[in-house]
Amino acid sequence: MAGAAGEVAVLGVGMHPWGKWGRNFIEYGVHAARNALADADLDWREVQFVAGGETIRNGYPGFVAGAAIAQALGFNGAQVGSAYGACAAGTQAIATARAHILAGLCDVALVVGADTTPKGFFAPTGGERQQDPDWLRFRLLGATNPVYFGLYARRRMDLYGDTEEDFARIKVKNSQCGAQNPNARYPKAFGLDEVLASPVVSDPLRLLQICATSDGGAALVLSSMEFARRRTAKPVTLAAVSTVTPQFPNTHLEMPNFATDSAAAQRAPALSFRDSIARSAYEQAGLGPEDMDLAEVYDLSSAMELDWCEAIGLCEPGEAARLLRDGDISLGGRIPVNPSGGLGAFGEAIPAQAIAQVCELVWQLRGEARGRQVEGARSGVTANLGLFGHGSSVVVRAH
Amino acid sequence: MATARRPAVAGWFTMDEEQPQLLGSRCTACGAVFFPKQESFCHNPACAGGDFEEAPLSRRGRLWSYTTNHYQPPPPYVPRGDAHRPFAIAAVELEAEKMVVLGQVPEQVKLESLRTGMEMELILDTLFEDDEGEVVVWKWNPVSEADGR
Repeated sequence: MAGAAGEVAVLGVGMHPWGKWGRNFIEYGVHAARNALADADLDWREVQFVAGGETIRNGYPGFVAGAAIAQALGFNGAQVGSAYGACAAGTQAIATARAHILAGLCDVALVVGADTTPKGFFAPTGGERQQDPDWLRFRLLGATNPVYFGLYARRRMDLYGDTEEDFARIKVKNSQCGAQNPNARYPKAFGLDEVLASPVVSDPLRLLQICATSDGGAALVLSSMEFARRRTAKPVTLAAVSTVTPQFPNTHLEMPNFATDSAAAQRAPALSFRDSIARSAYEQAGLGPEDMDLAEVYDLSSAMELDWCEAIGLCEPGEAARLLRDGDISLGGRIPVNPSGGLGAFGEAIPAQAIAQVCELVWQLRGEARGRQVEGARSGVTANLGLFGHGSSVVVRAH
Repeated sequence: MATARRPAVAGWFTMDEEQPQLLGSRCTACGAVFFPKQESFCHNPACAGGDFEEAPLSRRGRLWSYTTNHYQPPPPYVPRGDAHRPFAIAAVELEAEKMVVLGQVPEQVKLESLRTGMEMELILDTLFEDDEGEVVVWKWNPVSEADGR
C-alpha cells in the first residue's frame, strides 16, 4: 500500500472529445460523466458526491459547475462541491472528492470538468479592474499567456543551449500520439518543416507550438478501495494528489505576475515552485520518478514540456533536450511523456484538462490506449500549474 | 491634440523623464521588498508585518529573458495604431533586489539586438495615446555601449 494517506480507486473514466464545438459546457460535462459512469458500470443515482471543476467564462452555471452538471444528470440528492484553481481546477475537484472518500464521508464520487472557450487569446474577464494583476498585465504590458511561455523558452535556449528545432520536435513527437487519440482536437501528425514554417507568436515559439483554447469535458468515477474491491480485483488507483502552493519567496516568474518575489531579504526555497509540485505527490505515494513509466505534463508550449521533464525529476535541470534527442520521452522510450498527444494535440479546456491527464494515465495503465500504448505501464504521474499558485500533480498506479 | 503625459497606472513608477524608477514597497518588519507594492500585509510567512515604506527599485538590471508579441493582445491592451507592429517584452533581473521584473521594450529596439545577460535600463515611453494625451509606462531599454559602465 503506497503512501500514508491511502489510495482511492478509479472505477471509471470518460471524456467528450476536444474541439471548438461552440455548445454549452454542461453538454460536454454530461457526456463525459455518462461515459465515466458507463465505464464504471455504475448507476448515476449511486453517486454520493459530485465535484465539479469551475469555468469562469460561462456565466453563473460555470461557477457552480458541480451542481449545474448534477442537475443536468438529474439531481439525486448527492453532496456537491465546485472548485477552481485556474489550469489546475480539475485537480482541485479531484482532491476534494478524494478527501471526502478518504475521510469516510462518501464511498463513491463523480469528478467532472468541462469548458466552452472563446476564440483566440485568453483575455481577462470584463470590466475596468485596476487592482487585478490579470487585467493589468494585459493593459500595461500586453503580456498574453504566450509571452510568458516565450520567456521560459528563450531562457532555455540561452541557459541550456536548447534549439528551436528541439521545441519543434516536441510538437512532432506529441502529434504522432495525438493522431491516434480519438478525443484529441488535432488528430494529425505534423512534420518538422510544417511546425517550423508556422508563424511566430511569441519568439521563439510558433503557432503550432502553442496550446490552443478548446472545448471539452472529462470525468472520473472515484471510490473507496472497499467499494472498488466488491467490483474489481485490481482497480487502478490514485496514489497521490498534490495541490501545493509556492513557498515564499517564489522565484518562479508566473502568470499573471509582473515580477517574482524578491529573494534579497529572505532566502529562496531549496526547491522552486515548479520543482516542488510532483515532489509532493511522490512523497505522498512513497514513490519516486524512477518508479514512473509515463507522464502527462502541461505542454502549454512545446518548450514547456522540457521544463516539466526536469521539474518532475526525469533528469537534471538543462538535460531535458537530451532526453528528447535520445528518444527517452517518445513512445517506446524509457519514459514516454504526453502519450495522449498532450495539450498540443488537445488544446486546453481549462477545468477539464487536469482530469483528462488522469483519464489518459488510467487508459494507459489498463492497456487500453490503442495506437499510443506505453507497453507494460504500471505507474504514471501528471503535472500542471494553475495561475495564482496552484500546483497540481497526481500519481496513478496499477495493481 | 493635447500633449499631457500621464502614467498608465498610479503609484507604480516615478514620472521622472530622465531617471525614472519603479516604486515597490518594503516591509518595515522583515525588509522584504515587493513590486507591485504591498501595502496591507507582508507575504513573508514568518512575518506578521503590516507597515510598508516606499522602495524605489534599481534602474538597471540584467536581461533574464525576452520574447515578442507578434499578434495583437486582446483588451484591455490598447493598440497603438491601426496595424499591429510586433514589440518585445523583457524580463530583467535586478541584482540588489534579487527579483525579475517584466516590462515592454521600446518598439524601435530590434529583437536581434537583445541577448540574455545584457544590461537594461528603465525608461518612460508611450503606452498609447488618447484624447487627453499620452499615456506612459515603464519600459526596459538596452544600455548602449556608450552609456555602459
